[in-house]
Amino acid sequence: MRVEGDVAVVGITDFAQHALGDIVFAELPAVGGRVEKGKSAAVVESVKSVSDVYAPVCGEVTEANKAVAEAPEVLNKSPYKDGWMFKVKMEDKSELNDLMDAAAYAKFAGAKK
Amino acid sequence: MRHAPASPRERKEMLDYLGIKACADLFKDVPECVRLRKPLNLPPGLTEQEADVHMRRLANENKLGPSFLGAGYYRHYIPAAVGHIISRSELYTAYTPYQAEVSQGVLQALFEYQSLMCELTGQEVSNATMYDGSTALAEACVMAHNITKRTEILASDTLHPQYREVLKTYCEAGGLKLSIIPSNDGTSSNIQPTENTAAVIVQTPNYHGIIEDTGRLQGKTHAAGGVLIGCVIEATSLGLLKPPSADIVVGEGQALGNTVSYGGPAFGFLTTGMKYVRNMPGRLVGETADSDGRRGYVLTLQAREQHIRREKATSNICTAQSLCGIAAAAYLALLGPEGFRRVAENSHRNAVYLSGRLLEHKGFSLVYDKPFYNEFLIRCPSGTYEKARKAGIIPGLTAGRNLLLISTTELHSREDLDTLAEAVK
Amino acid sequence: MKTLMGESSHGRTGVLPPAVIHGAQARIPKDMVRQTLLLPELSEVDVIRHYTALSKMNFGVDSGFYPLGSCTMKYNPKLCEDAARLEGFAQIHPLQPEDTVQGALKLIYETEGALCEVTGMDAFTLQPAAGAHGELTGVMLTKAYFRDIGEDRRKILVADSSHGTNPASAAYCGYEVITIKSDGRGNLDLKELKEQMTTDVAALMLTNPNTLGLFDVNICEITEIVHAKGGLVYYDGANMNAIMGIARPADMGYDIIHLNLHKTFATPHGGGGPGSGPVGVVKKLSPYLPAPRIIEKSGRYGFDTGTPKSIGRVRAFHGSFAVILRAYCYMKLLGGDGLKEASETAVLNANYLMKKLKGHFDLPYDRTCMHEFVLSGRRQAHENGVHTLDIAKRLLDWGFHAPTIYFPLIVEEAIMIEPTETENKNTLDAFAEAMIKIAVECRENPELVKSAPKTTPVGRLDNTLAARQPVLTWKQKRGR
Repeated sequence: MRVEGDVAVVGITDFAQHALGDIVFAELPAVGGRVEKGKSAAVVESVKSVSDVYAPVCGEVTEANKAVAEAPEVLNKSPYKDGWMFKVKMEDKSELNDLMDAAAYAKFAGAKK
Repeated sequence: MRHAPASPRERKEMLDYLGIKACADLFKDVPECVRLRKPLNLPPGLTEQEADVHMRRLANENKLGPSFLGAGYYRHYIPAAVGHIISRSELYTAYTPYQAEVSQGVLQALFEYQSLMCELTGQEVSNATMYDGSTALAEACVMAHNITKRTEILASDTLHPQYREVLKTYCEAGGLKLSIIPSNDGTSSNIQPTENTAAVIVQTPNYHGIIEDTGRLQGKTHAAGGVLIGCVIEATSLGLLKPPSADIVVGEGQALGNTVSYGGPAFGFLTTGMKYVRNMPGRLVGETADSDGRRGYVLTLQAREQHIRREKATSNICTAQSLCGIAAAAYLALLGPEGFRRVAENSHRNAVYLSGRLLEHKGFSLVYDKPFYNEFLIRCPSGTYEKARKAGIIPGLTAGRNLLLISTTELHSREDLDTLAEAVK
Repeated sequence: MKTLMGESSHGRTGVLPPAVIHGAQARIPKDMVRQTLLLPELSEVDVIRHYTALSKMNFGVDSGFYPLGSCTMKYNPKLCEDAARLEGFAQIHPLQPEDTVQGALKLIYETEGALCEVTGMDAFTLQPAAGAHGELTGVMLTKAYFRDIGEDRRKILVADSSHGTNPASAAYCGYEVITIKSDGRGNLDLKELKEQMTTDVAALMLTNPNTLGLFDVNICEITEIVHAKGGLVYYDGANMNAIMGIARPADMGYDIIHLNLHKTFATPHGGGGPGSGPVGVVKKLSPYLPAPRIIEKSGRYGFDTGTPKSIGRVRAFHGSFAVILRAYCYMKLLGGDGLKEASETAVLNANYLMKKLKGHFDLPYDRTCMHEFVLSGRRQAHENGVHTLDIAKRLLDWGFHAPTIYFPLIVEEAIMIEPTETENKNTLDAFAEAMIKIAVECRENPELVKSAPKTTPVGRLDNTLAARQPVLTWKQKRGR
């Protein structure tokens, strides 16, 4: 996830797309709907598994990336740029403090196997 | 007769290799307190010849004869080739096709089955079979719940009574609210969906053989935001009648190439639009290619299924009824459009003829004056059922006081029909 | 190879019914009659050649060794096939009056009795059509029982090694699923079980031997722990082939079990069914069994209407009768002694193979196995970059069906092998030899393994393409 002012741009990490394998389908939240921190907001499906994508913050969904819905392989190819999934207008910016930064995540992911 | 081919010499060699004296030594992990100390109290094994005699004797204790029973299962003529096809042991002794490269036979056969069911029902996608029509219907209700997020299921009492029972069991366990609406004219036309309705179910032809108007019901259901589930239990009806106008079409496939065999196995089918494909239970076979561009088939969209999704799966179904679905596909392929149409027409026309002959007698009248397929509910004088039984005929199913549910198929000859009509005069 | 529709040619006729000779015409309003019916137009020889060609691209137990762990791919005796086709069984309608189907009712009744004897349970229902169907029925029975005794329990425990159908069935009935892990020896972690087993837990679902092929030595303590808190213990009978005549689930403390007739009782798998999943219960749960039940009185068999506490029907009619019939015939052929010998031989064959292979592949649990065992391909994955999937595909080139792979989920690069008792020593030796040769290939020629199979009708198929752009009927075309 990256932050652009009031808006959180949510996707999956490179580690996640690699672990999932070829992504075949992504279910995105409805624009205008509300997502809750820690609850499932989107679903990513690969050939061998299905993963929930949890909203990192609470807020209203302002945009959902049609490109991902139409060609989910972009999540594999470009998870941090073209493969953004949805944008959330944050209700409470202090929630950002609870999240891991890139370095902490790399450590977390490395420990996982 | 045993089927453990290792000879005594081979067994000894394996025991020696393992450094043990007897097989019993391999069961040390089984606690003493649960080890069986006496043999199972079952009759000793028979030689194949003795078992053959035993099975034949048991089969002969069942009585076959002229019958007009339907009510959910239908005896049709099964072309001889169907039995030969499903006896190919490479097909019937195979497991679920997880190793696609050595299972192209079953996979393609199921892909063809899926395609044929879509032709019959007019829907876009079919799964690769379910246990039977009643459980396919229950699973469709779960689909409707997942699609609409609502919990109310509405069905008429013109739905098969055993299907209603199965729905009741599944709905109670799954937290869905089932309401059975008593019909006021022999059809489902009086069902009123509400904003709580996940699905409306309509069986057509219904339990009493009446063909239902699904288009109107679909309109009402959509207006209320629900899903219409069409349920076809006499699958040959799809050779003559327009398929139900519905969002999900399920049913029982037994009439297509599967014997009655005292109630099973046969199969359920579930078909729907591609927009609901990810909500579908059951296996799906999809077309793809290998690295040399050769076309092949695989089980696909497996991420929805229990072995991956576990408690979030669309269903818990694993083994289904593959071989029975393949029998149905072979049946349809052998009949072709002409043959299948004629089977349906003949089944229907025989019912028209028989009802006509019965109505000639005093005390007989059709309960509903509505178009029927191959089954009808008829009022008859008391003692009619017994008269027929005395003449060695099962005239149908007793459906209430002096009511008979009678079914015909293309297997009934004119003579069969006349004999019944004469016997109950 | 073309599909049926691909081979269709307009004007070919198939099998036609005789003409109707009474004069009655069809009486259906035109707007209800279908106008189009697009079925393939083929003659009988076309259809026969089509399916014959399909069968040649398929591998069944009759083709060769099929060591799929957890599936018990044992040989299907042909007498059972013939028996199912006898007219007196195949042509009887499920709603025929009881006096006309005494043979069928007797068969079902005696099968229930035989299964009770094999498992130690007090009553059975033969309605469920498959193992998963039986599991769902078992969970429904659990729910009905607790509702009846006035307890509102919300959780079900499953082992981490459990088959996916276990949690899926529990979730359907609204239970929260809690997973209990296995310990280093492959037994259920007793400490964790004791912690999680509360009066809010309705049941523990556990198969024994478990999916690692190991008999849980603590089984009696496990069932005691659950019972002490008033819970029920559910037996997933997929692995029953290990213990027939040796131990019985009821004696271990299980309250509900399901069996897979298409595994343990040798009915054919059909490429994915039909199977049959009977459910057995201890006495206190029998009032909840699906209705109707079959009863016997003075040598006559019939249906009772079940008790008011019954959960109701779980399917229309009585069960997959022709499958039950085959299992009945199988038990007649083997007898009590034969069933015990089957289990003993299954366990012997598995241990023999395990010892042959343990030097060449990692063996996560080095202890006597039951009817199946799990290897790990992690050595080949880490040292040679060759994965279990590749090894499985290479086995196909050797003329064997691959074992179960990537299950159970708790073993890295899992390879689960179940030879069953219906294999002779030569076959086992040939399979071991192939596996050992492949292990060598992993080191010396990994590309060969990674590009397998080469001798099958198609090579590795693109699963990603199949899922990204699903083509699920011959009408659908790959778009984009």
